[in-house]
Amino acid sequence: MTIYADNAATTRMSQTAIQAMLPYMDKIYGNPSSLHSVGQAALEALTDARTRVAKILGAANAREITFTSGGSEADNQAIRSAAILGKRKGKTHIISTAFEHHAVLHTLKKLEKEGFTVTYLDVHENGLVTPEQVEAAITPETCLVTIMYANNEIGTIQPIREIGAVCRKAGVLFHTDAVQAVGHIPVNVQEDNIDLLSLSAHKFHGPKGVGVLYAKKGIILSNLIEGGAQERGKRAGTENLPGIMGMTAALEEAVAELPQAMPKLTALRDRLIAGLKEIPHGAVNGDLTHRLPGNVSFCFEGIEGESLLLLLDDKGVCASSGSACTSGSLDPSHVLLAIGRPHEVAHGSLRLSLDAKETTEADVDAIIAAVKDVVAQLRAMSPVWRDLVAGKRQFVID
Amino acid sequence: MALYSEKVMDHFRNPRNVGVIEDADGVGEVGNAKCGDIMKIYLKIKDNTIDDVKFETFGCGSAIASSSMATELIKGKPVSEALKLTNQAVTEALDGLPAHKLHCSVLAEEAIKAAMKDYYDRHGIAYDESQFPAGHDCEHCCE
Repeated sequence: MTIYADNAATTRMSQTAIQAMLPYMDKIYGNPSSLHSVGQAALEALTDARTRVAKILGAANAREITFTSGGSEADNQAIRSAAILGKRKGKTHIISTAFEHHAVLHTLKKLEKEGFTVTYLDVHENGLVTPEQVEAAITPETCLVTIMYANNEIGTIQPIREIGAVCRKAGVLFHTDAVQAVGHIPVNVQEDNIDLLSLSAHKFHGPKGVGVLYAKKGIILSNLIEGGAQERGKRAGTENLPGIMGMTAALEEAVAELPQAMPKLTALRDRLIAGLKEIPHGAVNGDLTHRLPGNVSFCFEGIEGESLLLLLDDKGVCASSGSACTSGSLDPSHVLLAIGRPHEVAHGSLRLSLDAKETTEADVDAIIAAVKDVVAQLRAMSPVWRDLVAGKRQFVID
Repeated sequence: MALYSEKVMDHFRNPRNVGVIEDADGVGEVGNAKCGDIMKIYLKIKDNTIDDVKFETFGCGSAIASSSMATELIKGKPVSEALKLTNQAVTEALDGLPAHKLHCSVLAEEAIKAAMKDYYDRHGIAYDESQFPAGHDCEHCCE
């Protein structure tokens, strides 16, 4: 038995998405740039997909939708484009947060080397920034605010609409990495005052390798990929039509299911949180209210995340962790450090991301039982735990 | 998971010699919770032989497997042989470790040496300091 609880990493493709892709592999296989009828049939599908994606995101115009290879490319292009526009006006200050996805953070680091200054807002213990913080950080030099819609590790949902309003008032471009949000909670670019938005198809049961960059009319994008005139000349390369069609179908399906999926998932999430809270010296990461319906994130003292994941996998539970050993670097997750978890506690983190289509109440109960077992097993052999219990080391989590 | 060899997974899932020796002759602890790895080795020494050995580890799968394997490699062996245990020997016995996990086998070697040094110190036995090079400084890795 496998319980897949890593839906924030990626999701199983829905049958709807798969079926939507298939015709574009062998029947409507043309290149949308070709003038002949086979190519024009592909172009028609591409245009249709763009219109549908625009509608579902609440965009004013299909021309505001650029198809990309995924969330990372969209983040890179959005931020770099805004930075280039800013620099032309002599504005080289960017505002972001300390717990963005690496696609955002690493782009910002690169811009810092190129002379930009970046303010990383504190995300507090609850993993939330406030519109007031953004307002206070804006200077006449600010060209961009980039703040994620929902955090990938701890699931906190930022007050995007209010932050967007602050940016509009100040005349500063606002980008949001909405990779974890779109298809999971309601997102509307116009109502939410968003200028630039990134999304990725595989997070909502679509295919991997395809995403969207929404850019409000008037924002001139800069190319990351030079070449042909695809995507209004802003993203070269023959369009991934099967991917785009699969993504569009998955997006429509996910958004249509939101009214049922969100309450169902929230109940499962809260059941899981309640069960895991019974483990002593463990704590939820991130705000409990402003939180993705499917995200559960915990830290357990005295154990390390990788061994936790391996033993959970043996019990059929697929999860993820922000420990250094799983990140491939020496430091634990920058997200957990940003919300003030000490290194030794951040190493013992566990993220379980549930899915409305896949996760059942029985799964949740099985996960709770498995995590309890594994945490106890690892603590029994942990010298850190022994010291904590013996009072030689202070507990950080009560 | 294919990250680790079968040997590593076996020692991780069924670690040998886990526990504490209350009246140990030597105890060694290396690593740093901040970095996510701590190993503690307990030795019982009789007639210049490792009569018993136990370990406790806070760390990833390879850290647990490395400690387990290291205890297996020295149990019942003469003290002189235990002192010669290298991280390479631990790694080889585990059928290899991923490159970024080799430090786990280094910690296992250091933990055993630290326990041996503690044994000598406690029992007033003279030893060659060069046998116990200072453990690598773990602090830097988290900065």
